[in-house]
Amino acid sequence: MTDDAVAQSPEQLRYARWLDWGTRAGLLVLVLSFAAYVGGLGQPQVPVDRLPELWSLPVAQFLQATGMPNGWGWLGLIGRSDIAGLAGIAILAGCSLPCLLALVPLYLRRGDKAFAWLCVAEAAVLLLAASGLLTSGH
Amino acid sequence: MPPVARLAPWSAAALLSLLLLAGPAQAAAGAAAAAAAVPWWVWPLALFLVCFVMGVVAVPAGIGGGTLFVPIVGGFFPFHLDFVRGAGLLVALASALAAAPVLLRGGLGSLRLALPLAVLASASSIGGAMLGLAMPANVVQILLGGLVLGIVVLMAVSRRSEVPLVERPDALSRALALHGVFVDRASGRSIAWQVHRTVPGLIVFAGIGVLAGMFGIGAGWANVPALNLLMGAPLKVAAGSSGLVLSMVDSSAAWVYVNQGAVLPMIAVPSVVGMMLGARIGAQLLGVLDGAVIRRMVIGLLLFAGARALLKGLGVWP
Repeated sequence: MTDDAVAQSPEQLRYARWLDWGTRAGLLVLVLSFAAYVGGLGQPQVPVDRLPELWSLPVAQFLQATGMPNGWGWLGLIGRSDIAGLAGIAILAGCSLPCLLALVPLYLRRGDKAFAWLCVAEAAVLLLAASGLLTSGH
Repeated sequence: MPPVARLAPWSAAALLSLLLLAGPAQAAAGAAAAAAAVPWWVWPLALFLVCFVMGVVAVPAGIGGGTLFVPIVGGFFPFHLDFVRGAGLLVALASALAAAPVLLRGGLGSLRLALPLAVLASASSIGGAMLGLAMPANVVQILLGGLVLGIVVLMAVSRRSEVPLVERPDALSRALALHGVFVDRASGRSIAWQVHRTVPGLIVFAGIGVLAGMFGIGAGWANVPALNLLMGAPLKVAAGSSGLVLSMVDSSAAWVYVNQGAVLPMIAVPSVVGMMLGARIGAQLLGVLDGAVIRRMVIGLLLFAGARALLKGLGVWP
């Protein structure tokens, strides 16, 4: 443990440790799945050579033209090589959530209810965003 | 000048050259059929190279790569702005997540300071993302152009205060114990800090969240002045805590783009990897470069990209 680490609060160090692992896992999945996708391993939902005619479309038209799902529908197609990349993206976008929840018992133990609630509130905001309940479109 | 230091001005020039090449290519590819004539791998490769160079120049210029990404890629690549903003959020998110653990362990990022601001900014970024995805692309381009030109003005005129004087923290700051100590490695001193104007700070961060979600743009350019000049956090704590706020705000907004189907791995992954590799080189060059020169070049680049976004949105330079 470094001198810097000694100086920081247990909450801050726990958050840093969990976030570090979440980020590493997300980036690893992201890069490996992308390498498999462009390397031609597995069947993509949208063949790579079709993309240049599609990626200039607004997202609603893109989804219509490709049959790509929105919301959490991608989980059902996770075996497709292009959609597998979304797993890495989901890990990166979601890795703050367990880090925040892991702080709640630490804050409660020291009687810091305000920050325990702030962690719960931020986790709730992330969950709401991830839920897919909030949608919009052109 | 050490050989490695000569890289950065060349990097900025290379970025400009790549963009000037990409511009006409995109104009020629105005129709989807024409774009399809270019082999698919050319665009992700060009994106990787441009993002790598952006990463190199962003660090010495003191600006997040995410701030450069959306105006430049949105202006000079054939991708729809929906996908560019989704990728831009991922670029800003991945960079913030990679830096946050180091900043937290070193005491430059304060979880205590970041968390209350992040709750409001995250919630408002969801609204911003929904609004951005609901608006017509040309309106978003016009607003983006205006925002980028605003950032140019902010970068050109804004002052910075290394350790602002905060004589008396406000009641909310005291109640939440928004204070701390960090060790400034440059001077070897331990510096105690506290903040004030917490309520105005929360309101400003709610607005920053809307912009971050709407444009998919990293918001370090706004976070740092708000924390440093408005709330009185030392500059290094402001920069470190800004990254932590970004990691939570961009997570919320990114989910909205993922759920709408506006994150394409073919665009997002080369961008994230290129930017992160470039940022590593940029960080190594930090000690040997004239940051002021790079900053002026980046301001020029943003001026160009902002004008391009504005003119594209107005239909003057499609």
